[in-house]
Formats: sequence, C-alpha cells, structure tokens
Amino acid sequence: MSSNPNTIFKRPESLSDNITHYCPGCTHGVIHRLVAESLDELGLRERAVGVAPVGCSVLIYNYFNCDFMEAAHGRAPALATGFKRTRPDMIVFTYQGDGDLASIGMGEIVHAANRGEKFTTIFVNNAIYGMTGGQKAPTTMPLQKTSTSPAGRDVTKAGFPIRMAELLATLKTPSFIARGAVHTPMHIVQTKKLIKKAFRLQNENKCFSLVEVLSTCPTNWGIDPNGSLQWVTDNMQPYYPLGVYKDPEKKNGEES
Amino acid sequence: MAKKLMKGNEALGEAAIAAGALNYFAYPITPQSEVAEYLCWRLPQVGGNFVQAESEVAVGNMLFGAAATGKRIFTTSSSPGISLMQEAISYMAGAHLPVVLINIMRGGPGLGGILPAQSDYFQAVKGGGHGDYRLVVLAPASVQEAVDLMIESFDIAERYLTPVMIIGDGMIGQMMESVEFPKKYRQQNDPSKSDWALTGAKGRSARVVKSLFLDGKKLEDNCLKLEAKYVEIRKNEVKYELYKVSNKNKVLITAYGTMARICQTAIDELEEEKISVGLMRPISLYPFPEKEMFKEANKPNILAILDIEMSTGQMVEDVERVTKSIKPIEFFGHTGGIVPTPEEVKDKVYEMLKKFKKDKKKS
Repeated sequence: MSSNPNTIFKRPESLSDNITHYCPGCTHGVIHRLVAESLDELGLRERAVGVAPVGCSVLIYNYFNCDFMEAAHGRAPALATGFKRTRPDMIVFTYQGDGDLASIGMGEIVHAANRGEKFTTIFVNNAIYGMTGGQKAPTTMPLQKTSTSPAGRDVTKAGFPIRMAELLATLKTPSFIARGAVHTPMHIVQTKKLIKKAFRLQNENKCFSLVEVLSTCPTNWGIDPNGSLQWVTDNMQPYYPLGVYKDPEKKNGEES
Repeated sequence: MAKKLMKGNEALGEAAIAAGALNYFAYPITPQSEVAEYLCWRLPQVGGNFVQAESEVAVGNMLFGAAATGKRIFTTSSSPGISLMQEAISYMAGAHLPVVLINIMRGGPGLGGILPAQSDYFQAVKGGGHGDYRLVVLAPASVQEAVDLMIESFDIAERYLTPVMIIGDGMIGQMMESVEFPKKYRQQNDPSKSDWALTGAKGRSARVVKSLFLDGKKLEDNCLKLEAKYVEIRKNEVKYELYKVSNKNKVLITAYGTMARICQTAIDELEEEKISVGLMRPISLYPFPEKEMFKEANKPNILAILDIEMSTGQMVEDVERVTKSIKPIEFFGHTGGIVPTPEEVKDKVYEMLKKFKKDKKKS
C-alpha cells in the first residue's frame, strides 16, 4: 500500500489484496468496496465483524480485512443478533444475497429488523440464484428466464418478486431501510452514502439498518456485462424503486 | 450457599449464571419454558442478556453468532425444538465453538407429547445434524446433578471447543429438589485474551469462524482435527455411577437419568428379597463408559443384562455394542410419557432370573 502523499486512489484498508472469484461484470466487487470504504472512513474496521452468507459471496471473508463468521444459508441475521447482543460494543454487519435473505432467511431478517437489532445488513439483489447456477429467486422478475423457470417466471404460480425494502419498512420499529444500485457511477456514489449512513447509525447505537443494492449477474442472466447494467435500468429499477424507505432521522412524510 | 428447594428448570438457569454464562437465547416450549421465565428477570439482575428468538432455528444460529464472541452462552429447549437446532449444532461443531444446550426431553416422534421421555438418545449421541461430528452428552439423574453438570459442561465445552448437550427427561425439569450452588459465582470470560474469538482485527490479522472448506483435503483435515478432540474426550470425560454392584449380582441393570433412580428403588426392594442386582448408570452418554461397562458385564456372576429406558430402546444398542453381547441382554421400557415402575422392573428381573438360571443349568 502506497503512503505517497500524492496518492488519490487506493485499496481501502478494510479490503484484503486477494483476487476475488466473482464473474466478469458482476458488481459484488463494487459493493464490497463501498462497504470497505465506509468502514475505513468511519474508523470501524478494528471493531467490525462481518457475517458471510451462503451464495456467491460465501467467500467474502477472503476479501475483507476484518473479523468474519460464515453463517448457514439465510441465518446471518440470527448470528449477527447473537454476536451483537453479546458484544454491543462491536460493529456487526451481514452481507446477503436475495436467495439467502428473501427466501430461506426471510424469518430471520424480518424478526431481527422488528426487534431493532443494532447491526447493518447489506442486501445484494440480483434477481437470481448465482452460485447454484441461475435458479429462480423470490426476487426474479416476472417472465425472467432462469434454470428453474425456463419459460420465464410465472407469477400465477410463483407470485410476484418480493420487494424486501418496502416489506421491512412496514415494520413500526425504527430502522434505516434504503435501496440503492451500482449500475452507473452516479448510483455508486449515491449508494455509498446510504451504506455509510447505515454504519454510522449503527455506530451511534440508533437502529437496525439495511441497504438493498440492485446488482447484476451477467453469467446467469446470459447478458454481457454492459447489457447487464442496462438490464438493471430497464427491468429492475422500475419494479424496485431506489430511495430511502425508512429513516429514524426523518419524520414521517419528510422527503429523504 | 445454603440448600434451596428449587424446580429443576429454574435450578438449571441459576447454574448457568453460577458458571458465568450470562447470555441466553431461547424459544418457549413445554416442558422447559420455566427456564426462560426465570432467566428473563434473573439475567438482567447480574448484567446478563436474554433474547426470545422467533424460532429454534434462529436460537441455534444466535448461539452460533454469540459463541464466536468467546463468552459463555447457552440455550434450553425440548425435543422438537432441539430438532430445529440441528443445523446450527452441526455448524458450531464444525467451527469449533463452545456452547451448552439443554434438552429437557418429551415424547416423540413428531409433536409427540409433553410428558417425560428419553427418546432423543439417538439424536443427541449419534449426531442429529449432518457431518462427521460428535456432541458431548451428559445425563443428570437429580436436580443437584443437573446443576453440577451444567456448571461443568461450560468447562468441557471450552476445554475442547465443542458443543455440549445435557439431556434430562421432563422429570428433571419439573421436579423440585433441594439443591446447592457454588459459594462463588464465576466471572464472565474476558474475550480479549482468547486466541480464537472474534474481537476485532486490531493489531492482529483478521480471524474467520467457519465450517466451510471447499478443498477436500482441508475439509478432511478439519474433520480429523475434530476426531482428535473426540479421542481426547473419550479418554478424559467418561462419567458413570455404580449402584450396589457386587460379586453377588445376578443381573446388571443399565439405565440413565431419572430412569436409573426408579431402578434403584427396584434394586433396594429386590435386595430385601435376597435378589442381588447392580446398576450401571452412564452419566456421560458420549463418551460412553465402554471399557467400564464391558468389565461389569464380563464378571462371572452376571447372568444377564437388563437395559431400561423411557423409550422403545435406544441406549440398549450401545450396551450391546460395548459389552459385545458377551451376556444376554434384555430390554424393558415405556415411552410416550409412561414411566416404567419399580414393580415392572422387578417383574422383568424375576422373569430373567427364571429364564437364565434355567439356561445356565442346561449348559
């Protein structure tokens, strides 16, 4: 790591220098960086414990330079609850995909949010199961083709995609719930602010915080990396509107 | 501390506090909900923490996260709830985490019933979750022994970095007995001294608590590391009790938990009738008292072994295994909450004496 005073861009201390296993065009790497920059800027790395999910980011602990534990599929919010309640002085975050959080882990995330557990969840939604090879997720778009919905998601049988940010924002318990995206530089900058705020609120012991991030899966979508970024704009963004859904620092009705 | 009259479930909660375990995660289930009802007000008095989880699946995984802090943590539940925790138990075993789980057993399978039973022996001892792992399993026969084992189980869990399970039938949880706690309660662990707990990567490299090893060799290494611990556990942690065992015994009874106490009553009554029967009560079900049970079974005065359980016969498979069926083995049990009576135990002994004395004459 360069200590050159003229350095204007470097790897955050919270990231390790391992090369990731992510597919070309996948935006996990960008989201990792936003989390790491937030930890660095808030000075939280040395107190941080991450909880890895099951899914494409199962090996996330190889790419971060902070303590980590590896959860069972969907259970990261339960691990985070157990850890944070026992060590409230630490900073705890889960990093979960849409199969992990919105399908098998639905119970754990809803109850953790409702209890107001003071940890942060980074929820990466790419509308598909990536690691297992492109199966239908609860967040898969209507008519989207996957390996378990080759004719496209049939909403009469599979229901409509679950909007997790909106769903969690219905809970009365105060929390910070937002949705960002990383398919353009502008969205990356906006999402960084959301993630940093989520960690700041945890550090101030304020509330549960969750940032959903719309992400891509060129490999399993069968679309090239640039086309995948466009696919987020055309297909995901209209159904999954970006913004802050719940904010303990804003009164009801106040614009975020 | 003076003796107190306490219900088993509440005594278990107080014992955990005495052991310096102040972090408790649970979900209500009969017949052990009194533990949570006791600890929900008792733990805050001592600076502890109780979370009522949304399910036993979540409880198991909260334990997993909490155990990674290096502090002492535990849960209590009953059979169907313990089934739901098997996922996390397997993960915690694989990740080398110390944790204490109490199963106040009720009848199964399925929703079963809420009456006492001993039908989770296989699940506890043979591994209810997936993968190559073992649990240390301890079975108290009285409220005092439950308290003592509860306190010791945290030491065992930390010595080997492994989950420990205490299994008691519903009677252990529900009965009131006089009980004594240690004079001095243990302080909570200081995780900053731990060389494995997650305490933040300050001035050291980052630590990972995990059970994932995608490389076959590395996974095998982890399983061998586990097995090496189980070898030590089998060497060091065997516990059992002998009752009225002598060279006059004709029959050796094997039983554990409160079932063993009922057998003691039968043995006392048989003694008055000049019928000599001994009892071997395994306290550690894993590690099982293998050599010790073989030695007792092999004594020339023993005609046969009688295994008695509140199940349709689970521990009896280990009795057969470790005694190498060197003597005839008979089983008697009730399940579903029906408890074998001393009279039934005695009748079974009479029947066996008749049968095996005759057999002996023939041979």
